[in-house]
Amino acid sequence: MPAGTLYRGREGMWSWVAHRVTGVLIFFFLFVHVLDTALVRVSPEAYDEVVATYKTPIVALLEYGLVAAILFHALNGLRVIAVDFWSKGPRYQKQMLWTVVGVWVVLMVGALYPILGHAVREVLGS
Amino acid sequence: MSTTEKTAASGIGPIEGDGELAYSVDNPAPYIEAPRQRTKKTPKSTRGNFEMAAWLFMRLSGIVLVVLVIGHLLIQLVLDGGVSKIGFAFVAGRWASPFWQTWDLAMLWLAMLHGANGLRTVINDYAERPNTRLWLKGLLYTATVFTILLGTLVIFTFDPNIR
Repeated sequence: MPAGTLYRGREGMWSWVAHRVTGVLIFFFLFVHVLDTALVRVSPEAYDEVVATYKTPIVALLEYGLVAAILFHALNGLRVIAVDFWSKGPRYQKQMLWTVVGVWVVLMVGALYPILGHAVREVLGS
Repeated sequence: MSTTEKTAASGIGPIEGDGELAYSVDNPAPYIEAPRQRTKKTPKSTRGNFEMAAWLFMRLSGIVLVVLVIGHLLIQLVLDGGVSKIGFAFVAGRWASPFWQTWDLAMLWLAMLHGANGLRTVINDYAERPNTRLWLKGLLYTATVFTILLGTLVIFTFDPNIR
């Protein structure tokens, strides 16, 4: 069997897909984020008004999703660097992917309360 | 390195390990030789090394961005009340320090260039008609230059006493 086809449909391919999708999403967010921050040059009120929408429960969920995308892209990016520069990287690419997923899950659980805590309190009205 | 010895018949070098097939469904990455090796007789390339520089930039900026962006997320979304403390006064407090101005400036430039080069790759992969590629890349470069300049201007001209 040609070695190239072993890649298809396996961990290597899906991590590549996820890296692309998260990368594009983060880049589009970055445009919006620079624009909203630029409002500090308009007036304190304009900036605070936009940031107020970032504190609503629905946007808190979006922020959690953004953090999920950034953390995966960061951790998997380090894995890509290891695959490229570490002589044993390609051989352990699969194990490294599951390490990335494990660390990602732990960090996402840790981010639950700091990012979504205030939203939950607001929804429950406390 | 013993794994890079050439075999004439195939472009794939010998596999490290015990001589058995060391790559499999779980390790689908045998060493693959460069398709054309440069020798003294190879004509000098006239195209330069832009793609190699871009490839290296993605990895170097990526490492720096992991530190800058995760620090940024911790400060903005986790520490000290999370997102609820953010407002004009909070921004003014942080940009009073040249350290955080430099942090944010480096993050802006590296993230925008890293993201723009990533999207350039995506466009090259999926947009097949030359005209589509031209327009998408033109739009990408315009938006990137605009956003980098705007963000830089905001950091350098920020005025805490605007009102």
